[in-house]
Amino acid sequence: MHPAFSVIFFTTASGAGYGLLTLMAIMQAGRVLPADPTPGLVGFIAALALITAGLLSSTFHLGHPERAWRALSQWRTSWLSREGVCSLATYIPAGVYAVGWIFTDWRDDLFTMTGMAVAVLSMQTVYCTAMIYASLKTIHAWANRWVPLGYFAMSIMTGALLLNALTTAFGYFHQAFFWTAAAAIVIAGFVKMRYWRFIDTVPGPSTAETATGLKGEIRLLEAPHTQENYLQKEMGYRIARKHAHKLRQLAIAAGFVAPMLLTTLAHISPPASAAPLTGLAVLVGAIGVLIERWLFFAEAKHAVTLYYGATEA
Amino acid sequence: MTSLPDREPETKLGLVIDLDICVGCHACAVNCKEWNAGGHSAPLTDYDPYGADPSGVWFNRIHSFEVLSEDGNGRTVHFPKSCLHCEDAPCVTVCPTGASYKREQDGIVLVNADTCIGCKLCSWACPYGAREYDTDQGVMKKCTLCIDKIYNENLDVESRVPACVSTCPAGARHFGDLGDPSSEVSRLVAARGGYDLMPEQGCKPTNKYLPPRPRKTGIGSTGAAGALEPVVGDGGGLFLRWIDKVLSR
Repeated sequence: MHPAFSVIFFTTASGAGYGLLTLMAIMQAGRVLPADPTPGLVGFIAALALITAGLLSSTFHLGHPERAWRALSQWRTSWLSREGVCSLATYIPAGVYAVGWIFTDWRDDLFTMTGMAVAVLSMQTVYCTAMIYASLKTIHAWANRWVPLGYFAMSIMTGALLLNALTTAFGYFHQAFFWTAAAAIVIAGFVKMRYWRFIDTVPGPSTAETATGLKGEIRLLEAPHTQENYLQKEMGYRIARKHAHKLRQLAIAAGFVAPMLLTTLAHISPPASAAPLTGLAVLVGAIGVLIERWLFFAEAKHAVTLYYGATEA
Repeated sequence: MTSLPDREPETKLGLVIDLDICVGCHACAVNCKEWNAGGHSAPLTDYDPYGADPSGVWFNRIHSFEVLSEDGNGRTVHFPKSCLHCEDAPCVTVCPTGASYKREQDGIVLVNADTCIGCKLCSWACPYGAREYDTDQGVMKKCTLCIDKIYNENLDVESRVPACVSTCPAGARHFGDLGDPSSEVSRLVAARGGYDLMPEQGCKPTNKYLPPRPRKTGIGSTGAAGALEPVVGDGGGLFLRWIDKVLSR
């Protein structure tokens, strides 16, 4: 599949924003993260900016961005529509929660419940994003359970790295911030490795034989056109296996190994050097996640390529 | 709108494509382009049409495959493909705006170009490559089964078939109601073992494909005798009998 940058940026940035919102709410509910105004302000600005920038970026690849509001109407059948509805719905409790956190002393159970609503809706939105891909039977690399698990894991991991950097910068020291980040990196790394093993070893359901109904060894003698058509440009994007292998290693190194080392190093360092290390973990992790998401698109093969000479999809 | 019709449409208009007959002349694709460039989905934009890298919006395409069967025989199969107007059309249910819909009265799948946002998700959901994005107009387009032709009362009755069907010089394309088991197309499908493309994708396509008939390659398989009867009896002499034997082969 063609890796469109607007969609890569949207899924990674909004994923990180929703992960940060979710963890802030959970840590606040667990009385681990004090609801102080200044870190709250920075945290909410970072999370909502990532989410909003992502959502705006996702409309850039539309043929008619001015009609984007119509996408909220078909939530009964369409995961893309559900994602739109969930993402907008999340703004309401998130706005109330952020204002309450930053500008008021409102700290009763209702405040905590509002935070939990933010966490649930955030994760619901991430799930909808994942299901846009996981519901497409035409793309074997997407229509499997490792995809929603991966989207959850990457969202929480990037959110945890952001939260760890935020709390370290503001001088909050609690074991929970480090251990959450460390556990999230391990889980995300595990899910991603299993995902790659799945797409490498389990073949898709469609073949050139099922696509054409012809029996035997099938070879494309003549394509319909002399030049590439829309389908080949959009669905036929192919990345050489050797490059995919190298990029996977790079994604693992930058996305999981380096953030783990930096986060651990920050944990055992004196406060003065801990903050830049956690900030670096966010930046390096972001590069890793962008490579991971680029591969998620570039490595995915579409069933229609079976009509254009592919032997498996 | 993007929910599929609650009840199965009684009429299922579609095509039956005979892979045994298709000669791969591309006339169906050309006439499809010709009709639809001025019809319901007009225009079918071309990009760089006279330049070095021409491409454009097409609803119908012909692939040519070379098939090597297990017995070592090779054959060329020309394979036309347009929208299959699926019963469980995933392109319809993924549409976030309701622009993509399946008609209850005849099962035809269409796009409303006035509400399409051009997100391309329907083209990702279709396993057959039936969706065509018009970059120039920013909307998705697709085969309409010539909805502006098959119901057009200004045309002669015999012309009220899709452009690809009316133009096929070999008679490889048939149009009709596949929801009616007694229709000509349904009987053709039953008689020839018509099949679905990619049944494992679960789209339940309306269009059916008729498989190429088995190749006639062996002696006697064409219906003619393997060898001619000898015309020279025993009295013909050695040379004449030898000539007769050679010529009878």
